[in-house]
Amino acid sequence: MGKLISKIPDGPLSQKWTRYRASSKLVNPANKKKLEIIVVGTGLSGAGAASALGELGYNVKVFCYQDSPRRAHSVAAQGGINAAKNYQNDGDSTYRLFYDMIKGGDYRAREANVYRAAEVSNQVIDHFTALGVPFARDYGGTLDTRSFGGVQVSRTFYAKGQTGQQCLLGCYSSLSRQIKKGNVKMFPRREMLDLVVIDGKARGIIARNLITGEIERHGAHAVVLATGGYGTIYYMSTLAVNSNASAAWKAHKRGAFFANPSFVQIHPTCVPQLNEYQSKLTLMSESLRNDGRVWVPKAKDDKRSPNDIPEEERDYFLERRYPAFGNLVPRDVSSRAIKERCDAGNGVGETKLAVYLDFRDAINKQGKKAIENKYGNLFEMYKTITGSDPYEGPMMIYPAGHYTMGGLWVDYELMTTIQGLYAIGESNFSDHGANRLGASSLMQAAGDGYFVVPNTISNYLADEIRTPKTSIDKPEFAEAEKASVERINKLLSIRGKQNAASFHKRLGKIMWDYVGMTRNEAGLNKALVLIRELQKEFWTDLNVPGTAGELNMELEKAGRVADYFELTQLLITDALDRKESCGAHFREEYQTPDGEALRNDQEYAYVAAWEYAGEGNAHILHKEELKFEEVEMKVRSYK
Amino acid sequence: MKLTLKIWRQKDSRAKGTFVTYRMDDVAPEMSFLEMLDALNKKLVEENKDPVAFDHDCREGICGSCGMYINGHPHGPVPAITTCHLSMRYFKDGDTIWIEPWRAKPFPVIKDLIVDRSAFDKIQSAGGFISVNAGAAPEANSILAKKKHADDAFDSAICIGCGACVAACKNASAMLFVSAKISQFALLPQGKIEAKERVRAMVEKMDELGFGNCSNTGACEAECPKQIKLTNIARMNREYYKAF
Repeated sequence: MGKLISKIPDGPLSQKWTRYRASSKLVNPANKKKLEIIVVGTGLSGAGAASALGELGYNVKVFCYQDSPRRAHSVAAQGGINAAKNYQNDGDSTYRLFYDMIKGGDYRAREANVYRAAEVSNQVIDHFTALGVPFARDYGGTLDTRSFGGVQVSRTFYAKGQTGQQCLLGCYSSLSRQIKKGNVKMFPRREMLDLVVIDGKARGIIARNLITGEIERHGAHAVVLATGGYGTIYYMSTLAVNSNASAAWKAHKRGAFFANPSFVQIHPTCVPQLNEYQSKLTLMSESLRNDGRVWVPKAKDDKRSPNDIPEEERDYFLERRYPAFGNLVPRDVSSRAIKERCDAGNGVGETKLAVYLDFRDAINKQGKKAIENKYGNLFEMYKTITGSDPYEGPMMIYPAGHYTMGGLWVDYELMTTIQGLYAIGESNFSDHGANRLGASSLMQAAGDGYFVVPNTISNYLADEIRTPKTSIDKPEFAEAEKASVERINKLLSIRGKQNAASFHKRLGKIMWDYVGMTRNEAGLNKALVLIRELQKEFWTDLNVPGTAGELNMELEKAGRVADYFELTQLLITDALDRKESCGAHFREEYQTPDGEALRNDQEYAYVAAWEYAGEGNAHILHKEELKFEEVEMKVRSYK
Repeated sequence: MKLTLKIWRQKDSRAKGTFVTYRMDDVAPEMSFLEMLDALNKKLVEENKDPVAFDHDCREGICGSCGMYINGHPHGPVPAITTCHLSMRYFKDGDTIWIEPWRAKPFPVIKDLIVDRSAFDKIQSAGGFISVNAGAAPEANSILAKKKHADDAFDSAICIGCGACVAACKNASAMLFVSAKISQFALLPQGKIEAKERVRAMVEKMDELGFGNCSNTGACEAECPKQIKLTNIARMNREYYKAF
């Protein structure tokens, strides 16, 4: 394993993808039938890839830990999915979408990948519409759009506040069709425990059947990871509580570099933590900031009910600080602005760790009915959780861990540093730089799955047509299986006192306190010490009742938390290395006099790709220099 | 709050299950139902006992993983929410709560409160899709759809596949689930081309897997956390008659 070769095609940005497809190798239909591909994960990217690869005629095996592919966490995305259709005639274009993403990511994403994501966005919308996704429509029968943060056009397609659910069910339906045809075989309730690499190429996985506990070997010609992000590293986040990084982490330990792990998005608008027992935080879609206004009382400790606070005593701080974008500034910027007001003592609610998101003006202007049509289910959800009604008074919101821009390093073909191992969707790092813009995760995930990887994987598989079916009797499978079994036995043999969730909760607290919305060197170093102490305690006082040969959710959880102890340390190492502030990575030492992120393009315009160097050894940093050919790096301003 | 829990414990699909009684002394009204079970499981692990197995994931009412019978109702006594959104503030000090898995022949118990709902996936695979390959779709606005039809399709499409409708039905009928999918596609121009084949295949598969017929009681609609309407079943029946 050597240098990072990003395989960016020659030619102008707008021609790269076309040129790539014109020159990449293909696999003929008869040979596709002989080739096997494993896909892990069934969210938008995984189910999309599995469907598209099945449609092409490959033999596909798909794995998910849930009981059904329809439950992958893409289901919970709310507000929408972007595409450069320019249906609104408001000046949108592929280039504009690309530019917004590059700027939104604070110039830390790879130009060529981002341009391609923008380019395939229109195909994604066409495909979902054809699959019967019931996007919102105008009275004339055309598709409707709305605006999202960090942009000045209206390019977000939506299905009320359940766009992710509807897109995922679209993917699930196309996956179901391929399952019926026999091109795709589905393995639900399976957890990937390890990647099998033979002669430097990904050739299979070790999986655990979560019902019987049986350890299974699955071989293939190529493996695609579509395993999502690691936002649950904070314990409480907007993610599903079982979301985890274990598959990506195991691949990393087998040779796939991990890129920019410290780029974690903290989403500004979530229902604040209400009590100490809470297991997750619920997102309130960014789309709400189209009509909701964010404010705090100008006076500290204002005890009045929000509706009694007159206009002149309210501080609409996003509109004040960022007049050009107002309430629709990107997520990293708004999260920090909210934290700044709460740290200053102007927060509201019992904990003072909340701000108001107010729909009063929008309801007065557009009427309750119009607001209900746009956000009905979100308002209902808010009321269910908190017991208070957003039609009557403002919501209270606070930031929470949400999305990870960092992930496995991939080249232009979405291949990792292991030959034949691909990472798509949130599990890779490539498209969102240091901050993701709203409604672009569904876009990227579906684009990667349906339109990118099916095109790039043939370039690799064309040279594998003479490779016989991977035998699972090879020693590499036996070795990987043995390592997995040993680790399970180790977790089971500790027989301490505490359950895995208790450790996860304490780990998450350290991460939130020292490695959250803002970071500094002393805090990061302190977090490293605390995490290593806690990790030791974990390996001596964990208790996992039961056995390996049965449905054992404590065992599943313990394995994921054990991996988080390792990933958090790499994340902090990365945050320490990056002595600049960019996007969601805000180092307190590097800021402008008015508190904005201070980038250092001279020294840090690179992707930090970390190589695993073995147990107990420090990770090795490889730098992929980011070259901006079409875009000039500017100070990112939303003022 | 002090609560008495009567929870169905069953080691695996072959074992005989039974109710086991647990006492909880410090339940806070702010907890969600699943967080209350988390607290119970934490305690059980500390006592080196086998924790209660239950499906759960997103904990925001959209993935459809969670679901249990609580005091005789799927997802508990509060209408229109999933178990993960059920707050303990709806219970009072001293209450006894009965917690059971979904009971339906096509949903065999795997362990404790976890059932096998893969029958739903099989019905979906039988015909719950529109046959279009990636890359073959026409420009999205080239096929118009009435706003009302798109909105109605959405209202059917929000089913989360949790299985509460089957569990609530005395016939273990899956007709609310199946009809919601059929309605979504039947209402959209994109779905009309395969409408006949779809409804026949899905209904046939539903029957084959052992789901019963509609009891006309409406328990499914009353218990559905997403308020999927019975009119979907009427539409499915119409689509079915048209399909021969």
